[in-house]
Amino acid sequence: MNKAKGLEVSLAIAEAVKQADVDVVAAYPITPQTHIVEELSVYVANGELDAEYVPVESEHSAMSAAVGSSAAGARTYTATSAQGLALMHEILFIASGLRLPIVMTVANRALSAPISIWNDHGDIMSERDIGWIQIFAENGQEAYELTIAAFKIAEDHRVLLPICVNVDGFILTHMIEPINFIDQNEVDKFLPPFKPALTLDPEKPVTMGPVGVPEVYIESRKQCEQALINSKAVVSEVLADWGQRFNQKYRLIERNGAASPKTVFITMGSMGETTMTAVKELEESGQSLGQVRIRLWRPFPKEEFLDAIKDVEEIIVIDRALSPGSHSGPVAQEIKALLYDQPQKPKIHNIIAGLGGRDVTVKDFKKMYEMARNNELDPNYTIWGVRSDA
Amino acid sequence: MLNHPGLENFEKITTKNIPTENYISQGHRACQGCAEILALGMVMKIAGPNTIVANATGCMEIVTSPFPQTAWKVPWIHVAFENTAAVASGIEAGIKALKRKERFKNDPPHVIAVGGDGATADIGLQSLSGALERGHNFLYVCLDNEAYMNTGIQRSSSTPYGASTTTSPTGSQSIGQQTWKKDLPAIAAAHNIPYVATANPGFHLDLMNKVKKALTIEGPAYIHIYSACPTGWRSKPEKSIEISKLAVQTNVFPLYEIINGRLTITKKINKPKPVREYLKTQRRFGHLSDNDINFIQQRTDARMAELQSLESSSQE
Ligand SMILES: Cc1ncc(C[n+]2csc(CCOP(=O)(O)OP(=O)(O)O)c2C)c(N)n1
Ligand code: SF4
Repeated sequence: MNKAKGLEVSLAIAEAVKQADVDVVAAYPITPQTHIVEELSVYVANGELDAEYVPVESEHSAMSAAVGSSAAGARTYTATSAQGLALMHEILFIASGLRLPIVMTVANRALSAPISIWNDHGDIMSERDIGWIQIFAENGQEAYELTIAAFKIAEDHRVLLPICVNVDGFILTHMIEPINFIDQNEVDKFLPPFKPALTLDPEKPVTMGPVGVPEVYIESRKQCEQALINSKAVVSEVLADWGQRFNQKYRLIERNGAASPKTVFITMGSMGETTMTAVKELEESGQSLGQVRIRLWRPFPKEEFLDAIKDVEEIIVIDRALSPGSHSGPVAQEIKALLYDQPQKPKIHNIIAGLGGRDVTVKDFKKMYEMARNNELDPNYTIWGVRSDA
Repeated sequence: MLNHPGLENFEKITTKNIPTENYISQGHRACQGCAEILALGMVMKIAGPNTIVANATGCMEIVTSPFPQTAWKVPWIHVAFENTAAVASGIEAGIKALKRKERFKNDPPHVIAVGGDGATADIGLQSLSGALERGHNFLYVCLDNEAYMNTGIQRSSSTPYGASTTTSPTGSQSIGQQTWKKDLPAIAAAHNIPYVATANPGFHLDLMNKVKKALTIEGPAYIHIYSACPTGWRSKPEKSIEISKLAVQTNVFPLYEIINGRLTITKKINKPKPVREYLKTQRRFGHLSDNDINFIQQRTDARMAELQSLESSSQE
């Protein structure tokens, strides 16, 4: 890798897409995704990226055009946020159902109403069951690297599924970070040109997206699910290969902090970095705690997760999305369901924090820890930072 | 020639050179007398094997693709109801990029998007407009059977005034459909695309020549095809072609084309038949009174006069 260069993370993501030599970009602007797609259109306009840039009239059409171009055998990229992702909803299932390895950045943002351009995970949590591989980046370097790796994972013939790389809106997308870029020839060695399994080629006509009569629908869905389950091994393999080549170790689930902590925070996305600072400061004052980061959200890496918390007494799950009317946030629901079958269960606290871009600081995490210790948190979940005057 | 440099060496389809090959096979599940599948078959005859079809959800999608069977001999994709123009955009863009990068070896195929009137005039109008405006080199074919047939004959904005459908039923307070048919070809033409036409399988040579022109000319093309539907119109299956012809002979569905903005009526009807003759072939109009029919006659005449004046002004 080269020396680090300070760059806005959105531009680093665009650079990754360029280095992946995509054939088609179909996108519609929405804050905070815009800088990524603007930069890509500049690359195409300058001839730095030999691709078709399709400036569609909506996100629904962005995903539809992406489906068309991927089905035609073209390496295809798009990016969106919040309302845009929600507008794509219908077609997201079709992209995975047709087994098309589209790569999408989701610059995570809160869903309306009230309209908010700021970060939370409400957008992607509403798309939990779309059958896509879903990864969360913690920082700019990771967002850049995972974007390149995403193409390799999605296009692997054992997978052939779309993938979204989640990047916290503004908190990451608009941050200027030192980024180590990988040489183009190294990227080329890592990521060979896209070899689709089936395409819309008149030389070998295929029918894609036929009617799934009751006799075949379940089997078809089962196959897609199986592909998603199987993709976990491929994600591990590709990330291990990445680690070998570029010296960055990305695990599906990562545990940091004390060797055998009593308490761990569970986080996804950029909050991990703030949590780690809190964990370190608390450790210095003699507390035994750690942090578990979920990098791969779908398929959920059960074994890896259980392994990461096996000796822990208490977990504090931080959700950045609300699941109204449920007993906890979406990540905590996942974990509670998983732990139900386990002989030994840690105590689970669930905090919903940082909705609509509300800042969550090191001090907040310390306070959460203290409240968890003193059993002051709601047994179901606590929405953090709701002002009492509101 | 023919208002477009791309048509200079245009060789017309005649009874002598109609392609014999079909690209939608027999055994599809369309109803008896379905003129929609008939029209689509004609489109495909002209398009030929080097074609990719993107099909919106609707009758044609359903009747041709019950897995594990398919009626399609060319590559075909169905994605959803409202986005087939966007899917076609993606296919066209993908092939273009791959061709430039020398990863697609053969001649670029025709890209044809197919949708019903619901898929086109209502839910898919935005994606159609986007794709036409962006200038993709593709043909959009609207198969207009004047209602949502696949879901059971609900009205669309392309349903004609007075027709009874399951969501615009005739009743003591209603004549049935209360609005006039949306003028989709005019909307397509307003995008200033090089080729727009109306067609009708009752005039198969005219239809096929239009498809051929649309595919010959570079850029987006739109063909709006009148498609009789015995099931939805409650007409006799064996009468579909007769009804199709009557639609033109009564000026209910005039045939014209707009090449680079110049409108030509391609089937001139010197002595139009009264609309009554057309309306009485379909039970969806069975409840209409003489007054209603007179009203439809007046509007039909007025619309035809408008079209004729458009023709003469655009030929000047
Ligand atoms: C988003 C969405 N809304 C509704 C439907 C249900 N639906 C499927 S086909 C159809 C009507 C199709 O009508 P049209 O486009 O006129 O084609 P036809 O079946 O008449 O050929 C409807 C309403 C759907 N598939 N998707
Ligand atoms: S309902 Fe109408 S359009 Fe649909 S297959 Fe039957 S005849 Fe054709």
